[in-house]
Amino acid sequence: MSDPMGFLLWVKGPGLNWALAIFALGMLVRIVEIFMLGRKTNYAEPKGGEWGPGFKTILTRSVADPGTFARAPFNVVVGWIWHIGFLITLLLFIPHIELFRGVLGIAWPGLPNPVVDAVTAITILALVATLVHRLQHPVKKRISTPEDYLVWTVTFLPLLTGYLAYHRLVNPYPLILGLHILSVNLFLVVFPFTKLTHVFTAFIARWYNGAIFGRKGVES
Amino acid sequence: MAASKTLGESLREHGVSRRGFLKFCAATASMMALPPSMGPVIAAALEKARRPSVIWLSFQECTGCTESLTRSHSPTVEDLIFDVISLDYHHTLQVAAGAQAEAAREQAMKENHGEYLLVVDGSLPGPNMNPGYSTIAGISNYEMLKEAVAGAKAIVAVGTCAAFGGLPAAAPNPTGAVSVLDIVKDKPVINVPGCPPVPMVITGVLAQYLVFGKLPELDEYHRPKAFFGQSIHDRCYRRPFYDKGLFAESFDDEGARKGWCLYRLGCKGPSTYNACATMRWNSGTSWPVESGHPCLGCSEPKFWDAGGFYVPLSAPLGSPGSTLLAAGVTGAVVGGVAAALAKKRATTAAAEREPVTVEELEQKL
Amino acid sequence: MSELTLERGLNALRAEIDAPVAAFFSSCVHCGICATACPFYTETGDAKYTPILKLEPLRLVWESEFTLWGRIKSSLGLSRKVTDEMLAEWEELLYDSCSMCGRCSIVCPVGNDLQYMIRKTREGMVASGHAPEGLIGAAGRAIRTGSPMGLQWKTLDVQIKHVEGSTGLEVPVDKAGAEYLVLLSSMEIINFPEYLEAITKIFDHAGVKWTLSTDCFEATNAGIQIGSKDIAAELVERVVSAATKLNVKNVISPECGHAYTAIRWEGPNLIGRSYPFRVFHIIEVLDDLRASGRLQTEGKETDRLSMHDPCNLARKSGVIQQQRNLMDLVAENFVDLKEHGKYQWCCGAGGGVSSNERAEPLKMAAFKRKKAQIEEVEPERMVTMCATCRTQLEEGLEEFNMDIPVVGLTEMIADHLVEKGPPRG
Repeated sequence: MSDPMGFLLWVKGPGLNWALAIFALGMLVRIVEIFMLGRKTNYAEPKGGEWGPGFKTILTRSVADPGTFARAPFNVVVGWIWHIGFLITLLLFIPHIELFRGVLGIAWPGLPNPVVDAVTAITILALVATLVHRLQHPVKKRISTPEDYLVWTVTFLPLLTGYLAYHRLVNPYPLILGLHILSVNLFLVVFPFTKLTHVFTAFIARWYNGAIFGRKGVES
Repeated sequence: MAASKTLGESLREHGVSRRGFLKFCAATASMMALPPSMGPVIAAALEKARRPSVIWLSFQECTGCTESLTRSHSPTVEDLIFDVISLDYHHTLQVAAGAQAEAAREQAMKENHGEYLLVVDGSLPGPNMNPGYSTIAGISNYEMLKEAVAGAKAIVAVGTCAAFGGLPAAAPNPTGAVSVLDIVKDKPVINVPGCPPVPMVITGVLAQYLVFGKLPELDEYHRPKAFFGQSIHDRCYRRPFYDKGLFAESFDDEGARKGWCLYRLGCKGPSTYNACATMRWNSGTSWPVESGHPCLGCSEPKFWDAGGFYVPLSAPLGSPGSTLLAAGVTGAVVGGVAAALAKKRATTAAAEREPVTVEELEQKL
Repeated sequence: MSELTLERGLNALRAEIDAPVAAFFSSCVHCGICATACPFYTETGDAKYTPILKLEPLRLVWESEFTLWGRIKSSLGLSRKVTDEMLAEWEELLYDSCSMCGRCSIVCPVGNDLQYMIRKTREGMVASGHAPEGLIGAAGRAIRTGSPMGLQWKTLDVQIKHVEGSTGLEVPVDKAGAEYLVLLSSMEIINFPEYLEAITKIFDHAGVKWTLSTDCFEATNAGIQIGSKDIAAELVERVVSAATKLNVKNVISPECGHAYTAIRWEGPNLIGRSYPFRVFHIIEVLDDLRASGRLQTEGKETDRLSMHDPCNLARKSGVIQQQRNLMDLVAENFVDLKEHGKYQWCCGAGGGVSSNERAEPLKMAAFKRKKAQIEEVEPERMVTMCATCRTQLEEGLEEFNMDIPVVGLTEMIADHLVEKGPPRG
């Protein structure tokens, strides 16, 4: 590439700006689309509340019951590992915290770079494992669509390019840093049009689930 | 002044000892990361070097590059080197002025046509811009450059302005400033960026060209890899702190006083390629990071518009916060309209629904 | 008379889309954990029975008509259209291989209530003419005769007389102002007549003022099973009408699963208004009597007993502890199945599966999950509180040559009542 610095400045300038715009627009469209549908009035006499159980389910649904854990250990364990790893890498790496400060105006304490580096390596391996699992497990194979593989790719690329950039495994640095930010831009653009919306809507879904069951007197 | 004596003759005339001269050649060899055996080769080449003509054009510049050049250490030998490169035109260092200076330039260009080295500092207004933005003796920078390039053997663009456009080209670029490479397409160009470049980098590049007569190995930005091949980050003495995740968070805080990494204060070291961390400034006294100031990234293109000197490398450019807000609000409105239309379809569907009866069900049996 | 068409089916699906549905489909990440909770998948290994896959017709309608992005995709011809062929293919998935047990709903990591959506999708299947024969028959009989099995009052009357004869107690009929209107299920009346005798004894013992109604005795709702709110609403209206006419304060749903959820949770929304009475499952009523000291029992069952929680009662209505309180009353050697209560496994027969003759092999396959649970605990007898579950357990255990009798909890309670002295007054 003949102008790595120009590439870097474009992806973290207009590129990121457009990506964030599409992301925010798309996500708000989806969220408004969900809430505006509303729910019909429920005339049945409730046995319990909705709000408490709704919020409780948001938390408890992150922990699998022992039976499910025994039957889907890979999903549960590797799911935890890569999600938590991804969040640590995204939110507790100091250069990323500076990014969030630049976008949102707030910052928070981070973890030492070597710790995040180790976590990233584990997360990358875990994500590769999830791809293999999706390609092999009969249920996942059956229900997966091209979108699942697209989403895997746009989620994987930022981790891979970030790792390569941090370790300066590709020269010059502005090129690999630019590729990393470009991969993030891609992730943001794809986000509202795919199952990535679950990052936000899962909390809504869990709340409704807890509310529906809670109203019937079933513990979250 | 035409080249008459060899460098060797000139040096002896100036009382430079053979030992002093060889010491300089050894230092130059090691500075260019050449093996010690190259010392004598450099000595032999310089000994015989005729004083090539050098024309130095200064366009939209601040003279900082010239100031840097004159701080090149071991001044005695460098002064002599310059006595020996026939520096036939240089606004700051020449004695002549006015019509005489221009006449000297034209004469040197004519007599050394095809052989002289052209050095440029400062950016120049582009060919379609008002030539009045920057002129020398009534001649536009662009015209002067074109004429000078025609007879040059090679061009060295000294300073980020000449190499990439620099400060004049920073937003909003009122003069339409461009770099040398934007104009020169048919002659070899070496970029020696920096704002200013490290003194010994300027002289080192010139010396290398004098010794070997050909272009050094260049990177994608036409910068000599000998000086611009390593990032500041990879040579920074504070790197262990980065690796451990220890950062200064404000100027003069505990971390700053302990000499921790300046990433969070805006250091562009990771994406900047220059020799500051190794060669340092003021004869190796110090350099920005060592003095507690983050690297500005001044040897990179567009560094003035790269976000801000005190804004970390990972921070976005522009104001994405307001983008998010504006886009979010738009999304909410668009979503609201779309959802309202969809819901209307649903309510109409529900209203127009015909109840299912068992008779209809049984039709399907 | 009009006919059922694809367009009516699509319309029905449209009418079912609400905010929860939109949130659920937006959140599914295709993890497949719902399949690990579905006995139709775990016991057959066929991935087509994955719960979220069963919902594809509903999801396609939601995406292509209720999301902007989906509308764009659809207009570019990039999304699958719901067709009669697709719905025909999905009939097996939505009826034969799903009992609406809701176990998928409580394990989904992103919180999808898949069972909620299965119920909604069946509305589209019904309106487009893609419901199974067995359920159509049951619905027809329920509407025309009041009972999905075509049972009539005169048959019930014979039982009433039998009970009165053997207990010496009265079975109240059409008694206005009673505290409780009791509903029964045809399955119970036919297969487990001991239920009627049991509640007669218990209510007399506890001094409960109850009644049956000649206007409406059927608790079960074939409309819910087939997934038609029109048919379901009509059946519920009959209960409401009978209860209102007799001016009762409460209505009791018998030992049945879906009957309870039908009348307790769906009923008011089907008829668009709250009831002027309250609804309880018989187990809730019995536990209430126990808690207020109105049940005196003696002696306990000594053999090793375990329990099957009907899905509609436990997981879908939160009635879990009550049956265990009652078991404590009358059993000294009770052991729960490993996964019980909210996480119990479906017997495989609910949600209309047992009325769908075509689904018999699948139903038996699904039962193997229950069988494994039972084998783990090795009870001598199983106790349950739903006639459909009870029938499935009996048939299933017999099919696999397991000699484990199944008994209803209400009759077990009745067996241990302390005989009171002669009636006062």
